[in-house]
Amino acid sequence: MDESAYGYWLPPDASAHGPQIDHLLGFLHIFMALIFFGWAAFFVYCLIRFRARANHAATYAPVRAAFIKYAEGTIIAVELLLLFGVSMPIWLRYKQARPDEAQALHLRVVAEQYAWNIHYPGRDKKFGKASVEAMNGDNPLGLDPDDAAGKDDIVTINQLHIPVNTPVIIDISSKDVIHGFNIPALRVKQDAIPGQLSTLWFTATQTGHFELACAQLCGLGHYRMRGDVYIDSPADYAKWEQENAPAVPAPEQK
Amino acid sequence: MSAANPPDSFLRRYVFSLDHKTIGLQYTITSLFFLLGGFCLMALMRWQLAYPGQPLPYLGKLFGENAMPGGVMQPEFYNQLGAMHGTIMVFLGVVPLAVGGFGNYLIPLQVGARDMAFPKLNMLSYWIYLCGGILMLAGFAMPGGAAQSGWTSYPPLADLATSGQTIWLLAMVFVITSSLFGSINFIVTIVQLRAKGMEFFRLPFFIHAQLVTAFLLLLAFPPLEAASVLQLMDRLAGTSFFLPTGLVVSGEKLAVAGGGSPLLWQHLFWFLAHPEVYVLILPAMGIITEVIATNTRKPVWNYRLLVYSVLFLGFMSFTVWAHHMFMTGMGTGMSTFFQITTMIISIPSIVVLTCIVMSLWGASIRFTVPMLFALAFLPMFGIGGLTGLPLGLSASDIYLHDSYYVVGHFHYVVAPGTLFALFAGIYHWYPKATGRQMNATLGKIHFWGSIIAINGVFMPMFIQGIAGLSRRLYDPTIYAHGRVIQPLNVFISISAWTLGLFQLPFIYNFFASLKRGEKALENPWASTTLEWAAPSPPPHGNFESAPVVYRSPYEYSVPGAATDFSPQWRAEA
Repeated sequence: MDESAYGYWLPPDASAHGPQIDHLLGFLHIFMALIFFGWAAFFVYCLIRFRARANHAATYAPVRAAFIKYAEGTIIAVELLLLFGVSMPIWLRYKQARPDEAQALHLRVVAEQYAWNIHYPGRDKKFGKASVEAMNGDNPLGLDPDDAAGKDDIVTINQLHIPVNTPVIIDISSKDVIHGFNIPALRVKQDAIPGQLSTLWFTATQTGHFELACAQLCGLGHYRMRGDVYIDSPADYAKWEQENAPAVPAPEQK
Repeated sequence: MSAANPPDSFLRRYVFSLDHKTIGLQYTITSLFFLLGGFCLMALMRWQLAYPGQPLPYLGKLFGENAMPGGVMQPEFYNQLGAMHGTIMVFLGVVPLAVGGFGNYLIPLQVGARDMAFPKLNMLSYWIYLCGGILMLAGFAMPGGAAQSGWTSYPPLADLATSGQTIWLLAMVFVITSSLFGSINFIVTIVQLRAKGMEFFRLPFFIHAQLVTAFLLLLAFPPLEAASVLQLMDRLAGTSFFLPTGLVVSGEKLAVAGGGSPLLWQHLFWFLAHPEVYVLILPAMGIITEVIATNTRKPVWNYRLLVYSVLFLGFMSFTVWAHHMFMTGMGTGMSTFFQITTMIISIPSIVVLTCIVMSLWGASIRFTVPMLFALAFLPMFGIGGLTGLPLGLSASDIYLHDSYYVVGHFHYVVAPGTLFALFAGIYHWYPKATGRQMNATLGKIHFWGSIIAINGVFMPMFIQGIAGLSRRLYDPTIYAHGRVIQPLNVFISISAWTLGLFQLPFIYNFFASLKRGEKALENPWASTTLEWAAPSPPPHGNFESAPVVYRSPYEYSVPGAATDFSPQWRAEA
């Protein structure tokens, strides 16, 4: 894993929606720094000018300060602008714009202590039937071996391969406790909650090798619930899919 | 036993006392010990975070072969330390000190009462708290160790955890019960036992803050108590309140009825735990307002606005809880509602800070030790509040949620924020409680060492969060982005241990000044509120004669007055 990509600020951004979040974070921190240092300058000035000393007494009457109202009003206005003008549009553009199923790669991720099971539907774009009853060590997703739709499915553990510039839809759930599906470089995060199917989507914009982390404390192995994310060129992805497709013949070739 | 005659026996006087001052001091001493203990758990975790997988020299062997074989910390033990650090600091340290300690000691004195409305309930509340605290620590003796599912105890993880979690839940029931008794007592005392002339708008701001806090405890804690009992039933009686159907743990289908909801716990938990943030912060705001008013020699700027702000803050704190849950798959409508309430709640906080800072204008500032801590609260709480902004907006929260940024944010609010205010309070009221002053030089060493070290602990956490590091990781170097910024962890750990060293002057000062401190008269800071009318330390029953209140709480530097302070109890200005 290449460490040179990382540093003391945001990791590289490999997603289509990520730059908006990065800009928001950058803008917020400038706004916060302005408020804090402006305020701190006033604070320190007061401490020096109004320190107790000989021939100096406090004044009883409160200072009349109209500028306070304007300062507070400005902060409130900027907060509202941030919420309705910046944050909500980013959230809506991202969360409401579910990619077109026909063009997207649709995956399932089932988290467990302490691994990410990644389920690809294969060439037929249909997930095989899965059930809790069939789950065991060799069949972590509980796939039905007799289901035709499942014959060409690819199941990996902790290895997420996705093609670049293709919308990816992921249905996330968990078998046991709550996990947090987190790919910092793609600016995506979603709790994986047992008994609940959550869906997220993104489009990767550059190829590379990144990390999948668990964001939610899930037990003693939480820290090592790490996965690899490979964003491949279309050719590399096709090659990977071919190499990993199950050896079983596809139904129509029988 | 009447309030006029102090009890004779040692036990009734110092142990099973009904006197609010003794109970307040019992709370103070006990919670300070818990704070120290919670700090030590963290200091131990910081070794693993700075030097993952390396044996801890000398001390490591003390923890046994299960927790730290060969001195190397196990992930299970790390998770226990994390869960217990949070629980102890919040529920057994800061809240009992801010509410049980300062509230009990000061409320009757500041409203001019002889004692709390229900002294026996007050004593019961302390002893239940102590039992809960000891029970909580006993979790470490359970097979499998103490609770290890975080201070938030999210199920299903907590439902499936080792038996330490059962102890955690039982202890929480004790601690919550204790808080409920305390809050009823505070509300009745403030409403019913005020001295003659003590109108609502003549109450010191500290009392308003405690009154709002008491309402928060009374209304927000019962949901968590109920939730704790439900989780206890899940663990002991085979119910499935928080367990959905179809759980498969370690490859085995879990034999439970199912049909429950893990998110139900999160709603119940945060319905308490967000108001809880204000339970931590409001008494701190109350304390620093008292300290700053005294040491600026000037009335607090816009006192009424300050009071209205905390009332509004208390009310709004019940409406923001789900901003802790933006990543659970919440719909856009819901997240919009909680973002709006979160933006709204920032407004009264800004107003409170503004009022206090504007009080400095035209003041004559005495830089006493309590004043240094109180002044430091302002920028520290400011950083804590401002960094809440990117977390409160759901779009930026996508990236920052559950990262170290969150850890930095809430610690700035609670540690250099609330804890510094509590230190200010201890230095400020120590002469009242003991009749002696704490040493100012040691106090200044404590202050400057602490403020530098504590920023060294929490400031780098914002960078860690922005760099993408998840919280609660036993070994952050598993991740490439964690390995790159690992030097920050070493720096944070050294800062944390330095912070610990700078508490030694405080501990020494606290005990040594009992005997050797400079003697203090009843009003050493030339202050105006009623507690300074009583002798130091106040006798059983507090006041020699029932005080009468003539004016607002912060009448400093009144033109034409004989002194630069006009106490509430003095008839002439």
